[in-house]
Amino acid sequence: MDFQIALMTSIENILNLESDYIQIIFTSLEVSFTAILISFIVSIPISSILATKEFYGKSLLIVLVNTLMALPPVVVGLLLYIVFSSQGILGSYDLLYTVNAMIIAQTILITPILISLSQVTLTRYYHKYNDLLLSMHASYTKRVFTLVWEAKYALTINLLVGFGRALSEVGAIIIVGGNIAHLTRTMTTGIVLETSRGDLANAISLGITLITIALFVNIILHSLKVYGEKNLV
Amino acid sequence: MKILLIFMLMLSNVSYGSDLNAIKLLSTTSTRDSGLLEYLLPFFQSKYNIQVQVIALGTGQALQAAKSCNGDILLTHALELENKFILDGYGISRDDLMYNDFVIIGPDNDPADIQSLKNASDVFRKISTSSNLFISRGDGSGTNISENNIWALIKINPIDFSGQWYLEAGQGMGSTINIAIGKNAYTYTDRATWLNFKNKANHSILFEGDPIMFNQYGLVRLDPDRCVNANNRNIDLFYGWIISKEAQFLIGEYMLNGTKLFIPNYHKYDD
Repeated sequence: MDFQIALMTSIENILNLESDYIQIIFTSLEVSFTAILISFIVSIPISSILATKEFYGKSLLIVLVNTLMALPPVVVGLLLYIVFSSQGILGSYDLLYTVNAMIIAQTILITPILISLSQVTLTRYYHKYNDLLLSMHASYTKRVFTLVWEAKYALTINLLVGFGRALSEVGAIIIVGGNIAHLTRTMTTGIVLETSRGDLANAISLGITLITIALFVNIILHSLKVYGEKNLV
Repeated sequence: MKILLIFMLMLSNVSYGSDLNAIKLLSTTSTRDSGLLEYLLPFFQSKYNIQVQVIALGTGQALQAAKSCNGDILLTHALELENKFILDGYGISRDDLMYNDFVIIGPDNDPADIQSLKNASDVFRKISTSSNLFISRGDGSGTNISENNIWALIKINPIDFSGQWYLEAGQGMGSTINIAIGKNAYTYTDRATWLNFKNKANHSILFEGDPIMFNQYGLVRLDPDRCVNANNRNIDLFYGWIISKEAQFLIGEYMLNGTKLFIPNYHKYDD
């Protein structure tokens, strides 16, 4: 009964595209995009080394990274909250309840995922191409660059996995971002609010938008995979 | 936290009707956070051997849950919404139960200089013209509605300044106070949550006592014809008990950190 009305209203809401609504979507995308970009830049060198070098404690490091993949977002949120709050170590930077704080939280959450996934990808390419590259007398740096370049499609897919994770995260960013209207409200924190208000229509609108964006991300992911596989053969 | 509560609500829906010795009290988060229910309900439970399961939600969400019969009795503090709820045919009666009050908290050094002011309107006007931040619940809760009544009185629409000096937290009272402390800002809170709040840092109560900031709690009886699964015998017992002289006395005696928090005012107090 009520839910049908809520669903109809929610679709109307989406079609109206009010400026408040666009701002929420924009903040979500801004946070997720920036976080994924930083994570990508950080993760590639680390996963390259993990994939191509043998060193003491490597297995331990891989286990550690895999464990960090399961880092509970609320715990990350809590730790950053303590660090950023005015009595905290980084209190003087005024980071708490800002978009930057949310970006830092997301980056910490996604980077282990990207390192782990990219490490697996690059190891596969390493086994496939290393002998060939060695026979061409390529230097170590040159070999790593070639591997990363050859793996670019697979790495992009990892990137999108991380992006999806960032976009749908709520536990950490609601703690460090504060869900402040027009500043740090995202689609996920907005859903938490609208549900607590009992405004199901608004919550559903945000949910539909979130899923739609996730769908597009997955369509891109799938097409890239198909395109990449075709080119490899 | 909220998600957990929604999950609990879903679970409670599944087990509906199976629990003969329990009733579900839909309350607001601030009622739960005040500690009153934890103190009060055991008296009822030991007397009647009926368990009261408290489901604490935002006011809007509590009313929504009550509309779907996901609970038995409503204890909220938003008079207009409660009256509308009854007009819409979901409830059959509403009674005053008790009241407490809201306070305005801010940084100890009071940069907007509100401490010397006489009434809540002046305080809000002063904050709006100062360069200090004000954090609002912004979640349509009873506390938020009470705050908005004051803005309406001085004809300021704070939403126009959202993201500037007026920040809407869109979260519970505790999170909102956290933001106020983190941003060295002012906020409007119920006294109970503030007294219970652990991390007060450099914030304290700067303004209190204006009657417009009184917080009336209402008890709403859901329509038994709509919610056919409800155990009405238990609900009647609870209703009769909480408005009784005994329960009203207990409410008045409840203390938090040495302060009495609630003033019982059920109108048939003399029965």
